[in-house]
Amino acid sequence: MRSLHKSKIRELERKANEIRQDIIETLVEAGSGHTAGPLGMTDIFTAFYFHILAHDPKKPEWDGRDRLILSNGHICPVQYVTMAHAGYFPRKELLTLRKLGSRLQGHPHRSVLPGIETTSGPLGSGLSQAAGMALAARMDNQKHRIYCLTSDGEHQEGNYWEAVMFAGKERLHNLTAVVDRNNIQIDGFTEDILPLEPLRAKYEAFNWHVLEVDGHNIGAFIAAVNEAHAIYEKPTVIIAHTIPGKGVDFMENDYTWHGKPPKAEEAEVALRELREALGKLGN
Amino acid sequence: MLNKKLEPNKKIFSDDIEQVPTRNGFGEGLVLAARKNKNVVGLCADLTESTRMDAFAKEFPERFFQVGVAEQNMATVAAGLGISGKVPFIASYATFSPGRNWEQIRTTISYNNSNVKIAGHHAGISVGPDGATHQAIEDIATMRVMANMRVIVPADAIEARKATMAAASIVGPVYLRLGREKTPVFTTEKTPFVPGRAEILWQSKKKPTVAIIGCGPLLYNALLAARDLEQEEGIGSIVINSHTIKPLDEKTILAAAKKCGAVVTVEEHSVLGGLGGAVAELLAKKLPTPMEFIGMQDTFGESGSPSELLAKYKMDAPAIIAAVKHVLRRI
Repeated sequence: MRSLHKSKIRELERKANEIRQDIIETLVEAGSGHTAGPLGMTDIFTAFYFHILAHDPKKPEWDGRDRLILSNGHICPVQYVTMAHAGYFPRKELLTLRKLGSRLQGHPHRSVLPGIETTSGPLGSGLSQAAGMALAARMDNQKHRIYCLTSDGEHQEGNYWEAVMFAGKERLHNLTAVVDRNNIQIDGFTEDILPLEPLRAKYEAFNWHVLEVDGHNIGAFIAAVNEAHAIYEKPTVIIAHTIPGKGVDFMENDYTWHGKPPKAEEAEVALRELREALGKLGN
Repeated sequence: MLNKKLEPNKKIFSDDIEQVPTRNGFGEGLVLAARKNKNVVGLCADLTESTRMDAFAKEFPERFFQVGVAEQNMATVAAGLGISGKVPFIASYATFSPGRNWEQIRTTISYNNSNVKIAGHHAGISVGPDGATHQAIEDIATMRVMANMRVIVPADAIEARKATMAAASIVGPVYLRLGREKTPVFTTEKTPFVPGRAEILWQSKKKPTVAIIGCGPLLYNALLAARDLEQEEGIGSIVINSHTIKPLDEKTILAAAKKCGAVVTVEEHSVLGGLGGAVAELLAKKLPTPMEFIGMQDTFGESGSPSELLAKYKMDAPAIIAAVKHVLRRI
């Protein structure tokens, strides 16, 4: 992976802003779906698809590609929009999200959309699938990396910790997990529903290398992924502190935006704010 | 009489017929499949010896993964391996896998169409003294309702070995159901085994009036019942080994139901949703036929010896004879 020049970071930030706008438009058209998580993870998805991943949108089955596994499938609007921007499929197909016959299922499905590495939605089982892929790569002496994007809420699932224990045991250094630490879930704040802290200490206890970053600082996130590549004796988790609803003032940090789409008039306000922010970013 | 074309064990009705658990056939089949295909891998949830995965683990240590007592993780790690070109076999007791990890199997294996083979061991009540917690009687039902899933229940150890090797060659998810106890080995190396094709084990010389359709080791009791029905009661029957419950061999079953006019299903499983359910669904649609169901009658099992339990819960040969007489009275 290339190191980053300031102008490249600016370019990624502009791309992230465009992706956020498309997320809003896609969700309004769909009429249902999740808003806060996708906006909160947009910077990280942009960093992956436009800088970190070894991939070829024209050859999604290329065997040497890095694998990006989305464990918390409900934030798939950000993955779909980012994939469309990266060239996996036409942007106009985004308007089919959640509609009959669409390849863009309400939760992502591997068999219908090339580039989706696994089907997800039910929480807590992405990391173990990623571990299986990491094992297979190791057995076959393949050099690609496995990234698993997870939510903080799904850390309440037993299956998740079985996977953490297993990846630690197997020392899967080709596996990097990214936790979207946005502190919210459907019913409220994670620390009220079922506390996850101290999260860093929990991973360390299971023999993982742990990094924490600001999930909206694209340069810092990419540096953390670079550090993960340099760790050879254990898997790495990057706890990315994010703001749910990032970029839209009235959505930020409000858990009621977890599982609903904006109405048309709300979308207008959101898009106006995003366009203004894009103008301020400059070139 | 026995269908000689299937070349059954010549000692089939003798007291000294060889007895081997179907799980042993699984263990042998896994090693043979692994020797043929380097992509076959095995995962076990802390039951390596009792699921007979130990021989595979010993011969292919680099392809064996001990996941600990974590069946949900076992299923999902296997899903990831299956997506990545491996042919994973996962093994535990059926109450735990596919019991505890049902949703993981549904989403990450079946819906994903990942190439995973699920070996559910110690199935049925003949696990015996361990009691109802360890007696899987729902697994055929919970697996066969999943799209993409195939379900195979081998009748003896030799058939289990063939079924395991066949599962490795099938592309897509397969559920294999295996038993703990020693049971009669009534097929031979030469007996044909084709997934999805039922075999007629017995056809009376006298005109058959009942089709006994079974799966798993209880088929031996069905054969004893068929022999006694013909010799002692003058009732002719057909006995079908429907080892593949999904996809069901509709042609063979419909032909037998048509010929006989009455059906008894036999399985060491709940009468709800298993082989009996699959046959009833088929006949209700295509050829309504009076039926009786041998199996667990919507109840849990308990501790006891296998033979005591099979007698108490009416799955032995006398119970099959009684079910045949009962269904014939309804015609």
